[in-house]
Amino acid sequence: MSETTPLRPNLSLAERAYRIRRNALRMGAVQGQGYIAQALGVADILAVSYFHALTYRPNEPQWEGRDRFLLSIGHYAIALYAALIEAGVLPEEELETYGSDDSRLPMSGMAAYTPGMEITGGSLGQGLAIAVGMALALKRKASRSRVYCLFSDGELDEGAVWEAAMSAGSFKLDNLIGVVDVNYMQADGPSRGVLDFEPLAPKFEAFGWFVQRVDGNDIDALVAAFDAARHGDAPGPRIVLCDTKMAKGVPFLEARERNHFLRVEPDEWSLALAALDAGRPA
Amino acid sequence: MMRDKYKRPAISADASGKRLTTSAMIASIAGPDQPTRSAPFGHALAALAERRPDIVGLTADLSKYTDLHIFAKAHPDRFYQMGMAEQLLMGAAAGMAREGFTPFVTTYAVFATRRAYDFICMAIAEEMLPVKIVCALPGLTTGYGPSHQATEDLAIFRGMPNLTIIDPCDALDIEQATPAIASHPGPVYLRLLRGNVPVVLDRYDYRFEIGRAKRLRAGADVLVIASGLMTMRALEAADMLAAEGVSVAVLHSPTIKPLDEAAILEEAEREGRPVIVAENHSVIGGLGEAVAGLLMRNGARNRFRQIGLPDAFLDAGALPTLHDRYGLSAGAVAKTIREWLR
Repeated sequence: MSETTPLRPNLSLAERAYRIRRNALRMGAVQGQGYIAQALGVADILAVSYFHALTYRPNEPQWEGRDRFLLSIGHYAIALYAALIEAGVLPEEELETYGSDDSRLPMSGMAAYTPGMEITGGSLGQGLAIAVGMALALKRKASRSRVYCLFSDGELDEGAVWEAAMSAGSFKLDNLIGVVDVNYMQADGPSRGVLDFEPLAPKFEAFGWFVQRVDGNDIDALVAAFDAARHGDAPGPRIVLCDTKMAKGVPFLEARERNHFLRVEPDEWSLALAALDAGRPA
Repeated sequence: MMRDKYKRPAISADASGKRLTTSAMIASIAGPDQPTRSAPFGHALAALAERRPDIVGLTADLSKYTDLHIFAKAHPDRFYQMGMAEQLLMGAAAGMAREGFTPFVTTYAVFATRRAYDFICMAIAEEMLPVKIVCALPGLTTGYGPSHQATEDLAIFRGMPNLTIIDPCDALDIEQATPAIASHPGPVYLRLLRGNVPVVLDRYDYRFEIGRAKRLRAGADVLVIASGLMTMRALEAADMLAAEGVSVAVLHSPTIKPLDEAAILEEAEREGRPVIVAENHSVIGGLGEAVAGLLMRNGARNRFRQIGLPDAFLDAGALPTLHDRYGLSAGAVAKTIREWLR
C-alpha cells in the first residue's frame, strides 16, 4: 500500500488494472507498436503490486523506506510506466512522449531515465542477481523493505537466473519476492518450444523458494498470493508464478497469434480502447 | 597460431638440466632476491574497511586466490561468498552498490571479462555504480594455459564506457591504488598481483594517482611506456642496457583508461625519442594500441614499437619459461630494445 494516500484511494484493484491497461494502450498508440500484449498481460500483477503490496512514496521515488520493485524485463517498460502513472510517480501527460526522442519513457526501461525505474533491465536475466544483492544489502542495513523482482518466463532460459535463484535460497533471503510472468511466449515463439522450463514450481522449490502458482489475471488470487509471500513465515525467498494471458482485456488482440511484439494497425488502437472499455469493471 | 596437436617433447635420459615445472596456479612473479610483501591488496582493503563501513567484499569462490581472505578474516560480517557464479557476483555487487555500499568483487580476470561482461556492462558500468572489480591472473601470470591466462582482458574491457582500468606494478602500487579506487565514484577494474608481490617502486619518487602516468627513470635514447609488471621488467632492462651505454627512460602508466594523455604526449614529444610500449597483454587492444592511437591522433612522429603477447592462445608451462618465450622477461625486453635500436 502506498504510504501516502494514493490519488483516488477508493478505486478497486480491478479498476486500477483497467486504468493501467488504458495507459499502456494510449502509449502504444503513440508508438504504433510495442510490447503491448505483455503490458496488458501483467496489468493485474502491477495493480496488485502498486495498489496493494508495495510500500512507497509517489512523490519521493528514492525514499529509503520503500519496497524495491525491479523490472528485470526492460521490454515491459510500457507496462511499468502505465502503473507508475496510475500510482502518481509519473505525470500522466508524459504518456504522450513514450518512445519519443528525449522522453523519460524509452522503449526499454532504464534507471537513469525514469523515476521509479529501479534498474536498467533489458539485457534479460540480470534482474534477479541484482535483486539478490539488494536483498543482502537491505539486511545489512536492517531495513524492513522488501525487494520485488518481476521477470518473465523467457528469462528462465538464462543461466544467471538460476545462479541467482540458488543464491537467494542459500542466503535464505526472506525479504526477496520473485514474480514471474508466465505467458508462454517469447521472441521466437511459444516459450516451451524455445526451451522447456516446466515443471517450474518444483524447480524453484528445489532451490529453496516458497512457491505459489496462480492465475496472473485473477486479482483475488494475486492478492492472496502476494499476502502469503509477504507475511508468510517461510525461511527463504518467495516466488509467485503468474500464468497470464497475452493482451488480456482486449479480446481481438488476445486472439492474435505471434504477439510477442504486437503490430497493431493505426485504426485498431481506438478499437482496442473501445474493446477494453467494454470490459471495464462495473 | 596453433600448437602442433599432441606434439611430444624431446625426452633425453641424460638431461643436463632439469626442466622447469609449472608451479601452483599463481606463480610468484618475484625474482629470487627481490623483496616482496604478502597479499598487499588483502591487507590494504582490510585496513581501509576499518574506516569505511560502506566497503563489502564479494568473491566467486576465489577469496584465497585473490587475497580477499585477509579482508574476510578481518571483517567476516562484510564478506559475501557468492559461489562460482560470476554473473551473479557482478549482478549482486550492482545491487549492493545501489543500496549505498562500495563492493570489492574478486575473481580471475578471465572469468570477469569473458563470462560476466554483460553484467559488468549493463548492471554496473551503464549505471556508473562504484563496484571495484579486482581480478587475479591478468595477462600471462599463470602457467595453466588459456583457460586461466587473461591475455586479452584489456582489449575486452577498454571498450566499456565509464570503466576505469588500473594495472599496478608492485605491492606499493596496489596498496596505494586500493584506497584510491575505493574513493573513485565509478566502476574500476584492477589487474591484481597477489601472493608475494615484489616491492619495486619504493626506490623511486612515486605515488599512485588514478589517471596519472609517472616518469620513474630519465633516459635519452628510448622511451619505454609500461604498465603492470612490465614496468618492473622495463626498469630491470633499463639497468642492463645502461651498463651497455644505452639510456632508457621509463614512464609508468598504471591507469590504462583513462590514459594520461598529457604526460604520455609530453614524454613522447620531448626529443622525439623512439617509443616502445611494454605490457603484460596481447598486442591487440591494450596499452600499446592505446598509446599508438594517442600518438597518431596528435601527429607524433616517433618511431614506435610494442612489446606484448602474441595474438594467440599461449602455451602452458613454467612462468619464467613462458615470460622468456613470449618476450616479457627483463632479459627479453632488453634484447628487444637493443636489437630495435641497433
